[in-house]
Amino acid sequence: MKVSRWVWGAASLVYAFLYLPLAIVVVFSFNDSALNAEWVGFTLDWYKQLFHDDVMIEAASHTLAIGFVTCVVSTVLGTLAGYAMYKYRLRLLPVLVLTPIAIPEILTGVSLLIFFVMLNMTLGLVSITLSHIAFCIGFVAIVVRSRLQGMDESLVEAARDLGASPITAFRRITLPLIMPGIIAGALMAFTLSIDDFVISFFTAGVGSNTLPLEIYSRVKVPVKLNPEVNAISSLLMLLTLSLILIVSKVAPSALRAGGD
Amino acid sequence: MALLEIRDVVKTFGDFTAVNHVSLSVEAGEFFTLLGPSGCGKTTLLRMLAGFEQPNSGQILLDGKDMSQVPPEKRPVHTVFQSYALFPHMTVAQNIAFPLQMAGVAKADIPARVAEVLEDVRLQQFAKRFPHELSGGQRQRVAIARALVNRPRLLLLDEPLSALDAKLREEMQLELINLQKEVGITFVYVTHDQGEALALSHRIAVMNKGEVAQLDAPETIYSYPKNRFVADFIGQCNLLDAKVVEVGGERMKVEIPGVGVCETLPVDGAQVGQSGTLTLRPEKIRLAASVAHDADEVHFTGKVHDCLYLGDVTIYIVELDNGTLVETMLPNSAPGRARFFDDNDAVELAWRYDAGHFLLG
Repeated sequence: MKVSRWVWGAASLVYAFLYLPLAIVVVFSFNDSALNAEWVGFTLDWYKQLFHDDVMIEAASHTLAIGFVTCVVSTVLGTLAGYAMYKYRLRLLPVLVLTPIAIPEILTGVSLLIFFVMLNMTLGLVSITLSHIAFCIGFVAIVVRSRLQGMDESLVEAARDLGASPITAFRRITLPLIMPGIIAGALMAFTLSIDDFVISFFTAGVGSNTLPLEIYSRVKVPVKLNPEVNAISSLLMLLTLSLILIVSKVAPSALRAGGD
Repeated sequence: MALLEIRDVVKTFGDFTAVNHVSLSVEAGEFFTLLGPSGCGKTTLLRMLAGFEQPNSGQILLDGKDMSQVPPEKRPVHTVFQSYALFPHMTVAQNIAFPLQMAGVAKADIPARVAEVLEDVRLQQFAKRFPHELSGGQRQRVAIARALVNRPRLLLLDEPLSALDAKLREEMQLELINLQKEVGITFVYVTHDQGEALALSHRIAVMNKGEVAQLDAPETIYSYPKNRFVADFIGQCNLLDAKVVEVGGERMKVEIPGVGVCETLPVDGAQVGQSGTLTLRPEKIRLAASVAHDADEVHFTGKVHDCLYLGDVTIYIVELDNGTLVETMLPNSAPGRARFFDDNDAVELAWRYDAGHFLLG
């Protein structure tokens, strides 16, 4: 089918709108000028400066640590939740698991803050991590469940029929088949966690700044704003893209959640 | 002792009774078929044999042992699923090795066992393929090989040929018959396809609404259906309402209202005045422009109402003088000839007294 020129034009505009700002950030991270205004010359200074910026590095390590723990815990719990939703067809469970996805983040942030304060918990890395886990479980559960729903139910019955106990059938048949869904869910949890701002903002304490919070605080104060932010943003982008790339190589179907 | 004995089994789902007091037994080495329309309970019965469903009451005995507390993995029973249920993340060889691993067969012995069964189903060169790389017929054979590899006492087959096209289905039917003869394992086969059931089985249980409507050898089921349901479900059958007018002796006389009296085989317990149905297979009716008279036959006249050209045969729907429609057929034995009669041609019908049989009630 021939696609009309208008469609091409409109599509180009949309893609430009999506990707041009990202490209600009990357380009200016190599710009030999403190201003994001015009191209002066190529430099790696901002990256060098970044690696000597202890505050930024600490924020980055917080983010990666939180992202890692969130990813592991919410993948395990989310997979169990997704399996339970698929297996038991309970009505209340999906509502309980999936509502946190629909609730505005600001509400989640505020209510978690109040909750932690009521519990007399010191705000910090633990409170941020717990909050991230809370909202990531739902995403993992939804991906895993849709993967399970796409699976032929008779496969597990066939395994049982051929002599596998329920646990063996899960380990040998169900688990390998839903693995792409679990990987997709894990990837999602990790990326949601490392770029979360709103909920982290409410549940962070003194000295537990994450990368998004640190970047924001710098963007807010013009004096501190320099292409170092561009550099760290570019690195974040690189990390996310390589994760997607790795997953697409290791488990191609993980990126098509649910389907085969 | 029968290999499998089903004793008064009942299975309900909520208000729906899927299997209603079914009792039957299957002998070792038999090719046994559960045949019926969808919703007749045949699949539920099969799932109870496999252990996926538990009967509400009644017993299932295998080799004389009650299976009710035995989970599917502990039963010496394997199933070939309608969807084949091949594990998509395993190769053909891995799929077939699975039941052997589960049964604790020594690792060193597995490859030989797999190779052996692959040879039985003529798929040696496909061992390393994944299921999605196989054709429908090949998948079918892998599913059968996987279910047979550790020689179950009983092989259950749930409409295994329904996903194949007609040509391949016939091929697979022959293969199934030969395979069953070769391995000597008892097959319980579920299908809604009466042709398949007649072709494959030693015995058929025709099921309707959760009950066994008739259990007999294929030729008995076809020639002497016990009730209207079986007569109607198996093949084409004329069901003519009639009334008993004379009993006693070698032959019984029934009257088809508005058509006439005809002789038929006597029925136990029939009394004059009782009404019932005369069942008559289309191919047992003679059809000609004029039929020579024969003392063993009854004759009627009518005219051709409709013709259906099917290639090998043509079906003629003949309207008797009182308006009753009777289905008959003639093989198209003359070359290039699509039909012997046209619509509205006057024809004569005749059938022997033992061509059909009479069902009371």
